[in-house]
Amino acid sequence: MAAEQNEQHIVSYGKLIAVWAVLLALTSLTVWISRLHLGVNRVWGSLAIASCKGGLVIAFFMHMRYEGRLLRWVLFVTLATLSIFIGVTFFDVLYR
Amino acid sequence: MTPIVRPVTVPSFWNDTGKSGVAAWIFSTDHKRIGLLYLYSVLAFFLVGMTLGGLLRIELMAPGRTIVGPQTYNALFTVHGVVMIFLFIIPAFPGAFGNMVMPIQIGARDVAFPRLNLLSWWLYVLGATIIIVSLFTGDGPPDTGWTFYLPFSERTGTNVSLAVFGVFIVGFSSILTGINFVTTIHQLRAEGMSWGRLPLFVWSLYATAWVQILATPILGITLVLIIAERLLGTGLFDPGRGGDPLMYQHLFWIYSHPAVYIMILPAMGAITEIIPVFSRKPIFGYKMIAFSSIAIASAGSLVWGHHMFTSGMSDRAILIFSFLTFVVAIPSAIKVFNWVSTLYKGSISLEAPMLFALSFILLFSIGGLTGLILGAAATNIHVHDTHFVVGHFHYVMFGGAGFAFFGAMHYWLPKFYGRRYAEKPALAAWVLMFIGFNITYFSMMLLGVKGMPRRYYDYLPEFAPLNLVSTVGSWILISGVILLLINLFRGLWKGEPIGNNPWGGATLEWTIPSPPPTENFDADPVVTHGPYDFRKTGMP
Repeated sequence: MAAEQNEQHIVSYGKLIAVWAVLLALTSLTVWISRLHLGVNRVWGSLAIASCKGGLVIAFFMHMRYEGRLLRWVLFVTLATLSIFIGVTFFDVLYR
Repeated sequence: MTPIVRPVTVPSFWNDTGKSGVAAWIFSTDHKRIGLLYLYSVLAFFLVGMTLGGLLRIELMAPGRTIVGPQTYNALFTVHGVVMIFLFIIPAFPGAFGNMVMPIQIGARDVAFPRLNLLSWWLYVLGATIIIVSLFTGDGPPDTGWTFYLPFSERTGTNVSLAVFGVFIVGFSSILTGINFVTTIHQLRAEGMSWGRLPLFVWSLYATAWVQILATPILGITLVLIIAERLLGTGLFDPGRGGDPLMYQHLFWIYSHPAVYIMILPAMGAITEIIPVFSRKPIFGYKMIAFSSIAIASAGSLVWGHHMFTSGMSDRAILIFSFLTFVVAIPSAIKVFNWVSTLYKGSISLEAPMLFALSFILLFSIGGLTGLILGAAATNIHVHDTHFVVGHFHYVMFGGAGFAFFGAMHYWLPKFYGRRYAEKPALAAWVLMFIGFNITYFSMMLLGVKGMPRRYYDYLPEFAPLNLVSTVGSWILISGVILLLINLFRGLWKGEPIGNNPWGGATLEWTIPSPPPTENFDADPVVTHGPYDFRKTGMP
């Protein structure tokens, strides 16, 4: 099991370039929606695009897509904790 | 070159690599040497913090000026807090005993990332050095309190930026230790060392390591924001410029309340090792104690708002944080009940480690229960920012983590030196510390109930008698600590040699020679029984 976990997964150049192209496209999308008159939705849209970009970087460039269940859980716990910290803090701000 | 230290002459990690001198220690990647480096570092800072605390008590011995002026007093309580919290209690257990004991307890030869481990210690030393430099440079030592609350920490002319930068560096040391421990516990357990056979000290370090990894980065961000506020005038916390001053308190306590569990969880783990060994009984409720470590780490990360009940936070948030604070009491109580149940009908041996463990249960319980008074919003309002808070957290931090640390020193250090301390002076030191501690800090809680604010330089005459009592208590406490350290280290260097298993423990560290060899085990161990199965130790 340890040997399996230590095995390096090699991602092809083609796939890496494709992910990079998608990231550039999403960046363009962020710039584009920042010029639309969407009010508060503009912030949510930008955050959604940024989350997608972060997900792609984690999945492909940081190899999370090829890791075992343990590291996926680690990532989930980390993101869940961060969400709770931000969520509870904003709960105070919303009801103050 | 002769070795700089050599407590025993048998081959061990002190001498079996053939490398000696200062460089062989400060550049060593051996977890035991790094653990000892941490031990001596944190003890040095403990003595600094204790001296500052003693000076604070002398200043408060009588109303008006006693030995220092108000500005020096502000600096004294700030530096006492910063040194004790960031340079002693937080790194003490994971850095010293986590490093020394944990890899052996899981049957490993070292931690997963030995070089990263050394880097952790170096970052700690670098951060500590910067903090010390900040005291003697710029416009004087910081005077903000260890919490660095804004807007004062932005406006004070003292050397806050450098001190905060030092704490920022120390934080990275803590994160790296956490990453190292989680990886080590997942990857390097010996054959047969299942999660259900992990010693409970390891479980507590595992829970602690997660808090170190997840919460410490938020402290780093918060400290950077203080520096940004001071140097760039960002206005993030200034309502006049659209900022929110409460946001600082949220960010600070999101780390600093879980940090309390970085301090106390491994201490609880050490107590959980000591009690069954000196009761000659398997631990009661193994699974629940392991679970409660995780539960305390999880629930304890969600209660930070109870530090902010009088700050102007929303009432609904106060209600939720108050409720969650009560929730944390449940796993804490599980531990206390299980320790007491372990003692029940045990063959109790009252040696120094056990005395510290028993006093831990009492003092931590007082600290925990007074924590509920502070966690309940209604009573909190009355004692907020009074000496009651000071008394409460010293019961948890010193009566809890501190007493556990001294208990762990008596329990585990003979293993790493091959010699032991004298029992009678250890008993005398414990008596002095226990009496001195309660006089010092119980008086503070009474003063708080009477209404004496914390961090005030002067006070009304009606508070004078209890302040005098508290100061006298601090002298008894300090004399106990000095006697303890002299007796302990004298014994470790010159005391009687001990065998492999002086206390009759059933965890793996007691199966290898004292002191252990650099590689820990001649052959990789195969674990066939639980950590508290004393029938397998061959001891009576």
